[in-house]
Amino acid sequence: MAKIELEHIKHSYLPNPVKDADLALKEVHHSWSDGGAYALLGPSGCGKTTLLNIISGLIRPSHGRIVFDGTDVTDLSTQERNIAQVFQFPVVYDTMTVYDNLAFPLRNRGVPQAEVDRAVRDILEMIDLADWSGRRARGLTADQKQKISLGRGLVRADVNAILFDEPLTVIDPHMKWVLRSQLKQLHHKFGFTMVYVTHDQTEALTFADKVVVMYEGEIVQIGTPEELFERPSHTFVGYFIGSPGMNVMPVKVEGAKAHLGSAVIDLPGAADTSRSRRLELGVRPEYVRLGRQGHPVHIRKVEDIGRHKIVRADLGGMEVAAILGEHDELPTDAHVSFDPAGINLYADSWRVDLGGQNG
Amino acid sequence: MDKTWNNKAWFLVLPVLLLVGFSAVIPLMTVVNYSVQDTFGNNVFFWAGLSWFEQVLNSSRFHDALVRNLVFSLTILAIEIPLGIFIALNMPRKGWGVPVCLVLMALPLLIPWNVVGTIWQVFGRVDIGLLGRTLAAMGIDYNYATNPVAAWVTVVVMDVWHWTSLVVLLCYAGLVSIPDAYYQAAKIDGASRWSVFRYIQLPKMHRVLLIAVLLRFMDSFMIYTEPFVVTGGGPGSTTTFLSIDLVKMAIGQFDLGPAAAMSIIYFLIILLLSWIFYTVMTNYDARR
Amino acid sequence: MLELRNVSKIMGNETHVSDVTLALEHGSLNVLLGPTLSGKTTLMRIMAGLERPTHGQVVFDGKDVTGVSPQKRNVAMVHQQFINYPAMSVYENIASPLRLARLDKATIDTRVRKAAELMKLTPMLDRLPLNLSGGQQQRTALARAIVKDAAVVLLDEPLANLDYKLREELRAELPRIFAEAGSIFVYATTEPSEALLLGGNTVALSEGRITQFGRTIEVFRRPDDLKTAQTFADPPLNTLAVEKRDTRFLLDGGVAIPVPDEARSAPDGTYTIGFQPHHLSLSPANPDAVGVEAKVTITEITGSESFVHLAYGGFPWVMLAHGIHHFDVGATITVFIDPRHLLVFDSDGRAVRRTPLAA
Repeated sequence: MAKIELEHIKHSYLPNPVKDADLALKEVHHSWSDGGAYALLGPSGCGKTTLLNIISGLIRPSHGRIVFDGTDVTDLSTQERNIAQVFQFPVVYDTMTVYDNLAFPLRNRGVPQAEVDRAVRDILEMIDLADWSGRRARGLTADQKQKISLGRGLVRADVNAILFDEPLTVIDPHMKWVLRSQLKQLHHKFGFTMVYVTHDQTEALTFADKVVVMYEGEIVQIGTPEELFERPSHTFVGYFIGSPGMNVMPVKVEGAKAHLGSAVIDLPGAADTSRSRRLELGVRPEYVRLGRQGHPVHIRKVEDIGRHKIVRADLGGMEVAAILGEHDELPTDAHVSFDPAGINLYADSWRVDLGGQNG
Repeated sequence: MDKTWNNKAWFLVLPVLLLVGFSAVIPLMTVVNYSVQDTFGNNVFFWAGLSWFEQVLNSSRFHDALVRNLVFSLTILAIEIPLGIFIALNMPRKGWGVPVCLVLMALPLLIPWNVVGTIWQVFGRVDIGLLGRTLAAMGIDYNYATNPVAAWVTVVVMDVWHWTSLVVLLCYAGLVSIPDAYYQAAKIDGASRWSVFRYIQLPKMHRVLLIAVLLRFMDSFMIYTEPFVVTGGGPGSTTTFLSIDLVKMAIGQFDLGPAAAMSIIYFLIILLLSWIFYTVMTNYDARR
Repeated sequence: MLELRNVSKIMGNETHVSDVTLALEHGSLNVLLGPTLSGKTTLMRIMAGLERPTHGQVVFDGKDVTGVSPQKRNVAMVHQQFINYPAMSVYENIASPLRLARLDKATIDTRVRKAAELMKLTPMLDRLPLNLSGGQQQRTALARAIVKDAAVVLLDEPLANLDYKLREELRAELPRIFAEAGSIFVYATTEPSEALLLGGNTVALSEGRITQFGRTIEVFRRPDDLKTAQTFADPPLNTLAVEKRDTRFLLDGGVAIPVPDEARSAPDGTYTIGFQPHHLSLSPANPDAVGVEAKVTITEITGSESFVHLAYGGFPWVMLAHGIHHFDVGATITVFIDPRHLLVFDSDGRAVRRTPLAA
């Protein structure tokens, strides 16, 4: 296990990057603690896979250094870094049996046969393929193959870190739950440093202690799932995390009051916003209360998704999403109000500290 | 997977059936006709039964040509397949080198058979050929017209030069279809260069290799033009392969009956060997 | 109306679809919900005419079309992979089925522009598909399927290869687009949440058989059997084997849960009860709630909610609790089952009800 330090990492896939837009990764400078479970979360093309491949050594960054436990590994190969990585699509050695696939990384490193056997049997048990150990990997289904790929990532006990690149893409929803909680249990048990790349917020939030949200080659926020949910530091975080995402509404601010169309909303505190060009109010649907008090709205649509309902309402031309409990009824003549605990103010997309709120 | 049934589809196949009928079945039947008859000219034919077949099958001349041909095919397979894989593995995967290599590889394939033969015939001549004179100058006894070993080496090298590209291109197509993630995973698993070849590249090339082996085997077993141009089957009959022998018999000696019988036997041998090759290799595939 | 009558598909010795009878109305949205290999794709291919059923008939508007080729069936299909003509502009891509149908230029133009507007592709009409994002590429493929005005539109996990957030956005738009088009829509997915968001009808599939067909929300709330309930639960359904004694289900440790009214009259014996993760809570949801002790295996936090994985006897459970909760792994906590939302299944896995609800 190792502490991973990323020092001023920049990367471009072009030979001579001139402008910021040429960079796939713009200045990443962070340190990840030993034994932590991190998730890199963001949409396609945000640079999360680039960052992962820089850590594993498959890509050498254009600028900056990578340090494992105080040792500069920037110029070391993947093997020398002693890293395990699981890819998005299953990578299995077709001609080998399931057992040999799992044993492969160990045998390549000259691990004694008895130890190989013990480790492989443990993993077979975990990924629920013990009955298939003698089968050739070729004829297996995609999710079985992916389980083998996962198993090969987990089989070595001495790795510095295990990296996952959207490993559950091809797995059925049910199996996702099982594998995810197993990964988490494994993390608890052995304390591997794990880095998990995904575009799926549920996977990121449930897997990681700390989630790193990336957007257009930059880290926009690093935080616990709670922090990202309660206090998104950028409107993108608000939008990307949570389903539906945060309601972001343009407002005018005077002191501790926000004017949203004709509605006036009390802010938890005042802030100096005179130099900002664009001000927005961010409220998660979970903090939008539907009732008889507040601002009158027109209900556009109600989506019943089983355990709760998503209400799409129209507040002076702005769409506002709200969450309604499974058995809650939609009030006639609906009004919305915002729970002060869930009100965030954004100036030019970045969160403004209003005071009086922790976070 | 079965498709929707439509009887009209048969009409679409009809032209092909007619074409195959004219181009293959009818000539083949003529040959069958010749093979069971004897003639002394003037278009007078006698029933000869299977005697031509017996004669051909028992002749040492046929046996020798068959063995020569098998040795030739196996030799060139043993050289071209590994060499082709080796070259394909070392070809660039991206950048400007790719089109350059592909064009270079395709060049020999574009040259007509008899031109290839002529090139090597001239190239190897002791009096004016670059290769022949160089070798002679180095004191090596090389003369494909008189030395059987030299003749064999020339014919084999010529075939390797002409056809290895085909193997290379097929293997290359198999190799480029391997996603990057496989190589990355292998690096992370600490796999050696040999393991990468054995467990990733070879399995992915395996299908195209099957095709390459079949194509090269059938082609080399029917080889005619190049050795005919270079050595004419000589010296003596050391490079007289089946097809050259057949032509000698049919056109040189005008022994239509034995020649016809021989072509049928020849045809059946190719069919049989190709079938064996195919079954063995596909079974191997299925077992894995 | 598209009908499948006793349709089976057997390949080699594998049964992909087994005795399926189904009638889909014009203007309806039908979700085929089931895990990988449950027969969704095969069923779609049979509907499209790409495959001929081994047994049974496909009937469209009263006409037997079992052997009719796809070209003559007026169907459109969208796949998981983004399939477009790479050398044609988005406009030409969308126009291609209309050009094949030899419509006049003006009609083609109107219809292409309408479809593009619906799919929010108008600004991209002149671009090539490969220069677009994944979401836009799939929108192009969807537009091509819809522009044809095909009688049957088949969508085979069309959003599976898209980013989570894009998926969410398209999911919200699709029902509106489907309603406008008026064709028979068949939509295959492995994800219960997708089915719920789309609404319409759901065909629950398991191992090549239909386990239930009905309004999506009804199938979700009142599954006919255990298989359907499990297919339609994300996170997975919690289950427990219990003994019924008169009006009570007996659990280990002297705990008893009142039998729901519907199942009161069923004979005593062994039953399986099932309940959704959000019907398990840390505090009693109502006076009838029954507390049981379970061991925490892992806790996953999504920001506003916590998924607490539990072990109760040999049964793995998941509790979806509001708020952030940290429990130590291995801790024993009391959780409450809400008997009002209990699903009861007999030993054959069939739902126990007084009056089975007609679909």
